[in-house]
Amino acid sequence: MSSIAIIDYGMGNLHSIAKALEHVAGKDRVRVSSARETILAADRVVFPGVGAIRDCMSELQRTGLDQVVMEVARSKPLLGVCLGMQALLDSSAENEGTPCLGIIPGCVQHFKEGISQAGTAGRLKIPHMGWNQVQQQDKHPLWQDIPDGSRFYFVHSYYAAPAADTDVAATTPYGIEFTSVIAHDNVFAVQFHPEKSQHAGLGLLSNFVNWNGVS
Amino acid sequence: MGLAKRIIPCLDVDAGRVVKGVQFVDIRDAGNPVEIARRYDEQGADEITFLDITASSDQRDTMVHVVEQVAGEVFIPLTVGGGIREVANIRRMLNAGADKVGINTAAVNNPDFVREAAERFGSQCIVVSIDARQASTADAAPRWEIFTHGGRKPTGIDAVEWAQRMVEYGAGELLLTSMDRDGTRDGFDLALTSTISDAVDVPVIASGGVGTLDHLVDGVIEGRADAVLAASIFHFGEFTVGEAKQHMAAAGIEVRL
Repeated sequence: MSSIAIIDYGMGNLHSIAKALEHVAGKDRVRVSSARETILAADRVVFPGVGAIRDCMSELQRTGLDQVVMEVARSKPLLGVCLGMQALLDSSAENEGTPCLGIIPGCVQHFKEGISQAGTAGRLKIPHMGWNQVQQQDKHPLWQDIPDGSRFYFVHSYYAAPAADTDVAATTPYGIEFTSVIAHDNVFAVQFHPEKSQHAGLGLLSNFVNWNGVS
Repeated sequence: MGLAKRIIPCLDVDAGRVVKGVQFVDIRDAGNPVEIARRYDEQGADEITFLDITASSDQRDTMVHVVEQVAGEVFIPLTVGGGIREVANIRRMLNAGADKVGINTAAVNNPDFVREAAERFGSQCIVVSIDARQASTADAAPRWEIFTHGGRKPTGIDAVEWAQRMVEYGAGELLLTSMDRDGTRDGFDLALTSTISDAVDVPVIASGGVGTLDHLVDGVIEGRADAVLAASIFHFGEFTVGEAKQHMAAAGIEVRL
């Protein structure tokens, strides 16, 4: 039976994502782990995270799990969630500029700068919090049975800006059209929280646990 | 199209049972919190908030079990408020499956607690609950003061200044309750809601006084709230969350249907 590892590197609460994966995959297939061997032995890996990017990167480096994420990104289906998505890019503007893992070319920006660059009128609350629409850009196995434009639950102030348009799997409107989902070979990364997005979120997680990593 | 306005049913829980008071005093029993949370999830609630009003600390474990049970089967954001006074309380609730905690009295007693909590767990899970009551006379410019201990204890602190200070300290969201309206079914205090919402960058949840579905619409349009919270109109079966959303959508408000 194929297994799913959730990387535990001390950034935030993994209870919700573990419960949601257990709900769609069965309890005995899900492992929350900080052990390199366990993570690399799993068939699929979830890379979660909440909080600040500088703490995230320093914890990854301290535990050596940064190398494990890079290894997984080369070899098996990887799902990045929230901060786990942002950490995949080259760098983030958060915490006065923070180098990230560089798995996906591009950077992470704050909404304030993004919106002022775009010159969008109107006042928007930051963090971007709540249920917003996810506009699928292309066919992908992880979108199976999820209607285009479905709402997912977001809470974040920074967003990923991948360099290559081909890496954009979905966008979401919030002052600008930002990249809410990245797809790059065997890597799929979402800014929203599928574990908190009711039917649409559970559907996406279910698609992930059945995904062979080919888009 | 874009971000939806949220509808958040609130469950006041006393020793493991859902209750709802009128202006925090007269309490009616409304049922099992796990069953009610499940029902609201099925109806399309965007989040669920639990307010633990249990007086005795030895019954607080009950709330942890409620959250654990709900989190195992309801996959939308869950907030728990009431009795959150130290970092250990927050960790316990997050480990039980809560996504956010509401801090009220402890923030007033020690504002640095909010800063510490936000640094430790991230602003995204820190909701500061503000219970406010109008303090100005009818002909003066409107002014509100914050109260603690379930609306019983005045603090002399101005609500707008307090809201801005809490955001500066790291609150990711504000849950704003009008103590003048809570339980009255007369509608939100719209002047209070819009004043606070305009004064801060973070989302504001309007609470206190919902008696009709039009009140929810008013909270968003006139109150400029990012989310609306209600308890009794849902608990006693007058309206479903789905009906509330249809009503808001018909008024031109973007909701998740």
